[in-house]
Amino acid sequence: MKRLSLFCGHYGSGKTNIAVNYAIRLRGQGLKVTIADLDIVNPYFRTRDSEDELRKAGVGFLTLPYANTNIDMPTVPSEAYALFRPETGHCVLDIGGDDRGAYVLGQFAPFIREENDYDMFFVVNFFRPLTPTPEKALEVMREIEAACGIGFTAIINNSNLGSWTEIGEVRRSGALADELSRLSGLPVAFTSVREDIAGEGDFPLRLQKNSWR
Amino acid sequence: MAEKYLMKGNEALAEAAIRAGCRIYFGYPITPQTELAAYMAKRMPKIGGVFVQAESEIAAINMVYGAAAAGKRVMTSSSSPGISLKQEGISYLAGSDLPALIVNVQRGGPGLGGIQPSQSDYFQATKGGGHGDYHRIVLTPASVQEMADLTGLAFDLADKYRVPSMILADGTIGQMMEPVEIREEEPHVFEKPWALTGTQMKRPHNVVNSLYLDPEELEQTNIDRFARYAQIEASEARWEEYMMEDAEYCLVAFGIASRVAKNAVVSLRAKGIKAGLIRPITVWPFPKEALAKAADRVKGFLSVELSMGQMIEDVKLATGCRKPVALCSRAGGLIPGPDQIIAAAEELAGGR
Repeated sequence: MKRLSLFCGHYGSGKTNIAVNYAIRLRGQGLKVTIADLDIVNPYFRTRDSEDELRKAGVGFLTLPYANTNIDMPTVPSEAYALFRPETGHCVLDIGGDDRGAYVLGQFAPFIREENDYDMFFVVNFFRPLTPTPEKALEVMREIEAACGIGFTAIINNSNLGSWTEIGEVRRSGALADELSRLSGLPVAFTSVREDIAGEGDFPLRLQKNSWR
Repeated sequence: MAEKYLMKGNEALAEAAIRAGCRIYFGYPITPQTELAAYMAKRMPKIGGVFVQAESEIAAINMVYGAAAAGKRVMTSSSSPGISLKQEGISYLAGSDLPALIVNVQRGGPGLGGIQPSQSDYFQATKGGGHGDYHRIVLTPASVQEMADLTGLAFDLADKYRVPSMILADGTIGQMMEPVEIREEEPHVFEKPWALTGTQMKRPHNVVNSLYLDPEELEQTNIDRFARYAQIEASEARWEEYMMEDAEYCLVAFGIASRVAKNAVVSLRAKGIKAGLIRPITVWPFPKEALAKAADRVKGFLSVELSMGQMIEDVKLATGCRKPVALCSRAGGLIPGPDQIIAAAEELAGGR
């Protein structure tokens, strides 16, 4: 278990949902955990939407000062530097989508590389229109690495069609994840699946609810 | 992987526009529609299309004017404050009888307002917005699937009637992710003998213009255009009815508000109040007939909106105020919840 878990990937691939669930799971194992929302791209659908759940679980919480407000201002607070000090304990970093989102890591990359105690997960959903194949996903992967100056260490297959997701489709996407693994030389860490249809060995995801579904 | 995708509303609209044959996009980033421009920036260069991030919204809409005059399928998109900037250009498009698609992913206003979802540009979209006597066809998607489906239709209607059309979405529909089926269809091609495509010295030159020196001639263009508007009003109104067969109270809502309203209808029926929903899909032309017919049967209407109450005026006009029309709304970027709608409907039904 590495101290830092970084979640990066294509825009809308499911990073925030996985990061929130992952942080709660680490905390469940008795670890000291802080989740950090470092998404400088999208002002909506933030870790703060799960703030109550995270706090109840005892997960520490760092968010950008203007997340979920009317101000679309991508600033990173100075507190973020604490994430890169070993005494902070385990940190789950939710990074914005694509290379644009990964630029935020650039300023921290020297610390991350020097400590060298991190996992950087590439979250991929093969049902997203711009990453339908392993080849196209690999392109996004390389763009992100170039933007932040850090290399990925593993892949998370989060292929899903929202409310239309059927477990058969998730299983079929496994072949695409395996091919991406072969192309990139990185292991598939796990497959994440909505908790109501997740099977054994899957990483079960609890999703947020709202009034217009 | 096949034609089913998980998409944001903004992305679905952009992809649908490309499938509908749009190869020219001019825009300028603004939350909450930026993904649309970003998607076009990524896709257009790969398919031989044109993406230009203009220096401003005003520049973008005038680029749209040029491309439309050349007979191309062209679109621009923005959010509320940016759409206000485009109004002069939209009036010029209407005055020159040019088809083009303008997308408004609305946010709270007035002024700079905020970045949360809103429907408070209803008046601007349906009553003109710019100067002069004109209309545009306005379609209101209520799901990511409809962001895709209504886009091809908006292009077709614009070409068919030579009018600008608008997709009037809101920040929620633009930002939310849902599964969507992108249908593989050949784009419909319309003959555009009026377009500025070069005469090849084989025909008299075309003129695209909205300036008329002779007032009689200008009046006549207005009269001719309004004959076309009458045709559109007669044949292009679209709406969905939900549980209206035996409804005693009719909720009226479009876009994201209609989805909350649908849930409220189910809850109201469980409480013994026979509610139904009319969801306008076009807000210009407004589905007047559907509302007028409902007014013969129901005891009252409830307009559910993300504004201080704008569509409610069209509900009153369409029903001739024959039945009470109440308002249930939130403004400033907030969405009325099911409980608020249920309470408002109960009050309409006699203060139970």
